[in-house]
Amino acid sequence: MYGWIWRKLPGATTTARVVAASVLAAVTAAVLWYAAFPLLEPAVPLDEVTVRK
Amino acid sequence: MAIPRVRIIAEYSDRVRAILRTAGELSITAGVIMMLFCAYLLWGTSAYTARQQLLLQQQLAEEAAEAAKKAQDVAERDKKPEIPKIELGGALALLRIPSLGRDYRYAVVEGVDTEHLKRGPGHYPGTAMPGQLGNFVVSGHRTTYSAPFNRIDELQRGDDIVVEAAEARYTYRVTSQDIVQPDETEVVAPVPGKPDITPTRSFITLLTCHPEYSAAQRLIVYGVLRETQERKV
Repeated sequence: MYGWIWRKLPGATTTARVVAASVLAAVTAAVLWYAAFPLLEPAVPLDEVTVRK
Repeated sequence: MAIPRVRIIAEYSDRVRAILRTAGELSITAGVIMMLFCAYLLWGTSAYTARQQLLLQQQLAEEAAEAAKKAQDVAERDKKPEIPKIELGGALALLRIPSLGRDYRYAVVEGVDTEHLKRGPGHYPGTAMPGQLGNFVVSGHRTTYSAPFNRIDELQRGDDIVVEAAEARYTYRVTSQDIVQPDETEVVAPVPGKPDITPTRSFITLLTCHPEYSAAQRLIVYGVLRETQERKV
């Protein structure tokens, strides 16, 4: 999988590909952190603090 | 012409290797994402609460300043001070617990729904307001969203819980702790634990989850009003 991504990355030199890979990783992390996780968070019963019948 | 046996085995094992490698990469990726999610729960959620608390505490400070200004006004002074109606999600008082640190202060919001508790410790609507007869009940997160009640298990009998409302500063004294089941709603009764009795004193009850990182039980800290200081004009 990562080998396939590496081959698809733009850039002729290794340096350029490392930069492209870093950007891709950062974008993925940002999408997870700011979009996916906030949607997922309410489903995790980690911190229920009220009492109710 | 028959394909040499060695080549068949070589191709077969190449394919198996590719499948295994992809499975391994996917597993590692899933693990990294889960760790990132844990980090988000612990720290990412706190950033939201910190921003909200800044706004809420600012709002409280403005209200206190306004109340002080009104109190100086001669015409207003003789009127009975009206306690403003607090809307759901609005700040109603500042909670300070000196034994958890000099900087420990959270704006208590009205309401205990998910959206309210994200902003800070939440006051159970319908239970007493600070200083009133009955039970001032506040729930707060223990591990996520700044975890305001993370360390309330450290509170000892006799420790102070200070609630600064617009009209006065109320100091409660911790009396006891308890661990209850999530359906034991008696703890939020006007007299904690005794739903049938009419209150003659002012209580405070803090609720959070127990054990940490779990929703199995609730940790409860009880207190009783020790002192009321009217706001100086």
